This record gives sequence, structure tokens and C-alpha cells, in this order.
Amino acid sequence: MLELFIEFWRLTDPNVVWVLSGAILLGSSTGVLGSFLFFRKRSLIGDALAHAALPGVMSAFILFQTRDPLVILSGAIISCFIGFFFIDYMVKHTKIKEDSALAIVLSLFFAIGIFELTYIQKLEVASKSGLDKILFGQAAALVQADVIILGIAALLSLAIVALFYDKLRLITLDRQFAQSLGMNVAFYELLLTFSIVLSVVIGLQIFGVVLMAAALLFPVAAGRYWSDSLPCILLLCAIFGALSGAASANISYLAPQMPTGPWMVVMSSIIFFISMCFAPNRGALMRYIRITNQANRSNDENLLRTFYVIGERGNSFTQLLAPEQVLSVRNMGVKVLRQSINRMLKKHMIERENMCYRLTDKGLNEAKKITRYHRLWELYLTQRANISPNLVHESAEDVEHMLTPELERRISEELGYPEQDPHGQIIPKNDQLSGGNAL
Amino acid sequence: MTHELWILAIACLMGTCCALVGALMVLRQMAMIGDALSHTVLLGLVVAFMVTGSRSITVMFIGAILVGLMTVFFTDLLNRMGKLQKDASIGIIFTFMFAVAVILISVYTGEIDIDQDHLLYGEIAFAPIDTLEWNGSEVGPRAFWTLLLVAIANLLFIILGYRQLQAVAFNASLAAALGMTINLIHYALMTMVSLTTVASFEAVGAILVVAMLVIPANTAYLISKSMHSMLVWSVFFAIVASISGYYLAVWADASISAAIAMMAGFIFLVVLLLFNPNDIVLRYLRRCRVIGSHH
Repeated sequence: MLELFIEFWRLTDPNVVWVLSGAILLGSSTGVLGSFLFFRKRSLIGDALAHAALPGVMSAFILFQTRDPLVILSGAIISCFIGFFFIDYMVKHTKIKEDSALAIVLSLFFAIGIFELTYIQKLEVASKSGLDKILFGQAAALVQADVIILGIAALLSLAIVALFYDKLRLITLDRQFAQSLGMNVAFYELLLTFSIVLSVVIGLQIFGVVLMAAALLFPVAAGRYWSDSLPCILLLCAIFGALSGAASANISYLAPQMPTGPWMVVMSSIIFFISMCFAPNRGALMRYIRITNQANRSNDENLLRTFYVIGERGNSFTQLLAPEQVLSVRNMGVKVLRQSINRMLKKHMIERENMCYRLTDKGLNEAKKITRYHRLWELYLTQRANISPNLVHESAEDVEHMLTPELERRISEELGYPEQDPHGQIIPKNDQLSGGNAL
Repeated sequence: MTHELWILAIACLMGTCCALVGALMVLRQMAMIGDALSHTVLLGLVVAFMVTGSRSITVMFIGAILVGLMTVFFTDLLNRMGKLQKDASIGIIFTFMFAVAVILISVYTGEIDIDQDHLLYGEIAFAPIDTLEWNGSEVGPRAFWTLLLVAIANLLFIILGYRQLQAVAFNASLAAALGMTINLIHYALMTMVSLTTVASFEAVGAILVVAMLVIPANTAYLISKSMHSMLVWSVFFAIVASISGYYLAVWADASISAAIAMMAGFIFLVVLLLFNPNDIVLRYLRRCRVIGSHH
């Protein structure tokens, strides 16, 4: 197995080079074109289109009895388009809903294709063997002639995207806006459909009819986690598509009796899973960490402000408090409180004495800052948004954790450097904060 | 009963099962979830077989139900936790599960008696040979009894839950306001779809189940004005498709299941052309007649 693997990547076998380059080209073209379906929220139409290509392939074979890639490709494109317009017709002119229209075209066209395939298998035609490989894909079966034609078609679909990038982006992301600009939306949609159909049809040989939807969908679903900009996502789609194409070509070479499509799906789902979990910003793990950090910070700030409020009542900001006293003023979970106290001890915001705690100077500064944010925001809401003082506390509970020194300065300026909040409590002064560190 | 009659009986039962749950799914606009489930139950079948080594109906059903519920659950999870569009989540989950199943089948070719052709278009022609024994005597094909069981379960499900299903299908928020647990109904429906799919699987294969779930139900949807009539019509169309499809396949010497699905599609097209008020073909014909009468 390992020897075969090494032999594959040494690229000494010219056939391997053809298969590999074909797989990379086809993978990247389906990846890129699939992203347009994804952003138009029509991911599953790729599934329907791939199935719709099957009767075209079979009919072309029955009519011309040849496996010439151009003939097969044309047949597939024609029946793909028929399927596409049938879906479009049903959605626009009948009461049938879009999901049903997709499922009808998918299953009906597939049935016709299978019907023809079982019919062909009983014919006495020499070139019929291997025709069923199109169902699950067979990368190893690609020969030089196929790769050249499929490669040209893949480059054509990528070239259409590159040439009309601005227009295609506009109709994909904001169709109505494109219309209002007076763009010929119908034409560009047709162009986009054509390149999608093209990339679906050429991908069939490698990825297979049944799992083509995955080749269109996985790269963009993975790429979406890494970036928010379309060019960047498209580039990622091309890379991910090429990677899974190359990997499945490799597997197809190692185990020729295995269908390629399912392995491609497994490869891409590894890429997808890694992206979903570990991508910065949008990945699930990073999002979880961010949310936890945010929640911890809110709890810490709430704890400090509670110390401040209790201190204010007792006229001593540095008096010792037992955890029970904190809990009697502020409603928080015991476990949350304990964790928060530990974090604040570590940061020297509070100090411990006989199972009780008090604010340090640093902690006091921070507590004043949070309290100032809280009360400034309450005042701002009552004065500028005309909200009753009874109702502003809830909002301030959230906003106190989000305000920045810059915003605080502007609110304070806007309100004329106020001294009291709407409940008559004193807003701590800014100058005392200057030495305080941010948490 | 003869071979041919058994095949017809199995095909009609399969059509009935699929048409019943298919109608409910079409009303809830979940046709593509039906597509997804029909792919993923294959994984349930394969894994259940690999774990227990048995092909008994119970094992099959348990595998299918578990995988069906897993599909719905993971799709939901990806949708909420992964922040992915709903249909993209469906696409990712079902292709992944199906791919794993196909790989398992091709790796353990000798040990699992499902091959790639079988899973795509079934082997209804051989279904009558695979008989079930009861108290030492043969009582008919396995597929027949499995499908009969599911058909009865589907009917009971619909009769018992008719009001709830109706409310959820037409106005989910009203149903929720009336105190119905929508999630329960949703998962129950998914369970019925999984059962139907796995029972039909042997007869028509994984992918053509979708045709029988969706096409007769949509044909009925075009002409009916109540859930009751939609259910009746979709069963009717499914049975007509099953019988005519069988004879088409015999005539052309091709796959029976594909022919049945094609006939369902043909009936759909006929109904679409005849009964669709917005239809361009009808409008065109009418215009021709008007122009003709002017001359």
C-alpha cells in the first residue's frame, strides 16, 4: 500500500499525472461554482442537477453508441438544463414548492437514467462496460483524452467566473440590487447556471452522480468558516476542492475497485470538520472560547461593581465582605461567584482575609470604572431616549461590559459631565480612573 | 401466488407506504429531508447488519430508526451550532453518512449482502425468492410482510394523529398555540419515513424511494383541496404507477423500480398538464382555439 502511495506521488507514471491534474482541476472548478449555489441558499439544487445529468449520459450513449467524452458531455449538459428549467417552471408556474420540485426532478431523472442503464446493460455493445462507474465516480478510469476535454471545460467554467466576477457576485449576494441597477440579471443568471451545469457535468466522472452534491457543497461550507470575503472564500473553495480531488484520485489509484465519490466525501468532510471546529473567528471552538471569556469578564465586572455598591452604602470601599454578603446583594450562582473570586484574587483586584474579601486599590479603580459606565448609561437612556428610570437598569447591566473609554468620554461630554445618575446616586469621577488598568 | 403477483403486491404496498408518508412530508415542505433520509438509512442497515450479523426485520428497523433520528438531530445541530444554512446542513450530513455506508459496503463486499447496484435500484425482481418462514412453513416473501407491517403502521399513525398532523402541516404556529408538541410530531413523522424507507429499500433501492415518496404525493397535491383527498389520491397514483411500471419494465426488459418511478413521473406530467390552471401549455392551446375561431 505504502509503496503504491509513494509511487503515486513520485508522478513517474504519466497516467497518474493526467488523473491527478484532472482531479485537481475538476475539484477546484466544482468547489468554486458550488459556492455560488451556497450563497444563493440553493445548495441542494446541485444534487438535483447531478442526478438530472444521468439520463443525458445514457441517452447519448444509446443514440451514438460511443463513449466519446464530447458526446457524453453534451448529452449530460442538455439533460441538466432540461432538469434545471423543469424545476424553475414548477416553482414559478405551479403550486409545487421548491423542495418538492427539486426532489421530483432528482428522482425522476435518476429513474430514467437507471432505466436506460439497465436497458443498455442488456444490449450487445462492446463499449458499454464501465458506464455505470458514473454513479459513484471512478477517477482512475480517466484517460488522457477525457482529461483534456474535461480540463478545458473546467477552465472554461472558472474563466467565466473570473471574467464576470463582479456581475456574478452581485446577482448572487443581492439579486434585487442588481436588478435595480438595470443589470441584465436573466442573462447573467443563465451564464452562472451554464457554468454550474458545466462543472457538475465534468465532475461526474470523478465524483459520481450520487455524491456530486457533496463536491459542490463541502468546499464552500468549510471555506465559509475561515473568511468573510467572497474572493478569499472562492480561493479557499478552489484549494479545498483541489485537495479532495487529489486525495480521491490517490485513493482511486491505490484501490481501483473502490468508487471514488464516497472517498472524496470522506476527505472533504475531514477538511470541513477541522474548519468547523478550529477556524479562527467563526469556528465552533474559538466561538465557544470567546463566549466563555466574555461571560467570565461580565461576571468579574459584576463582582467588582457589587463590592463597590456595598462599599458605597457602608461608606467604606475597602471593607471586608463575606461571599454571602455579595450574594445577598447580587443574584449569581455560588459556583460562578467562587470562580469569579478566584480569578479576581489572581489578578490582585481583591484580597483575602479570614475567608472574607476586600477590594485592592487596583480593584477599586476598576470597580469605579464599571460603576461609572453603568450609571452614565442609565442617565443617557433616561435623558436621550426618554426611558423611565425604572427600566434603564437592565440595559445598563449589559452595556456596562461593552462601553469603551472613548464612548464613555463622548457620553459624558454629551450629558455635560453629570454627577448623579437617574436614581440620585453619585457617578464616580473620571480622574480617579486614569491610573486604573483595564481588566 | 405466482412470482408475478408477488412482485405486483410488493410494488403496490411499497407505493402505498411511500405515498402516505410522502404526502405528509410534501405538505410540510420537507421533500428534500425525505431524500436525505432515504440515503442515510443505508448506513443504519449496514451498521446494524455488521454489528448483529442478522438481517431480521427488527434489527433492520431499529438501525433505520436510530440513523433516521440521528440524521435529523445532526442536521439540526449543524444548523444551530455550526451556523450553517439549513439545506447546506442537510446536504453535508446525508452525503457524509451515505458515503460512509457505500465505503463500508465496498470494503466488506463479501460479508454484506448488499451491493452497489442493489442499493441504487433494488432487486424487486428477486424479492419473491427471499421468503420468510413461520412455524416451519413458507409464508411468502420477506419484503411483502415487512411492507405490510409498515403500511399498517403508517395507516395507524395517520388515523391516530390525523388532527395533529393536519394542524402541523398547514399551520405549525397554530398547532403550537393549541398546545401540540410540534417536535414530537416532527420526530414521529421522521421515524415513520425511516421505517418506510428501510422497508422499501430492498424492493426499490435507496434512491428511487425518493421518487415514490415525492412524485405521487405531489401529483395528488396538484389536484386535491384537503389532506384527506391528498392522501387518497397519492396512494391511488402510487398504485397505478406500480402496476403500469411493472409492465413497462417487463416490456423493455429493464429495471422494475426505475420503470415504476418513471411511470409515477409520467402520471405527474399528465396531471400537471391537465389540471394546472396556470399552465402555459393549456394557455397556448386555448389561444390557438381562440385564434382559430376568429378565422
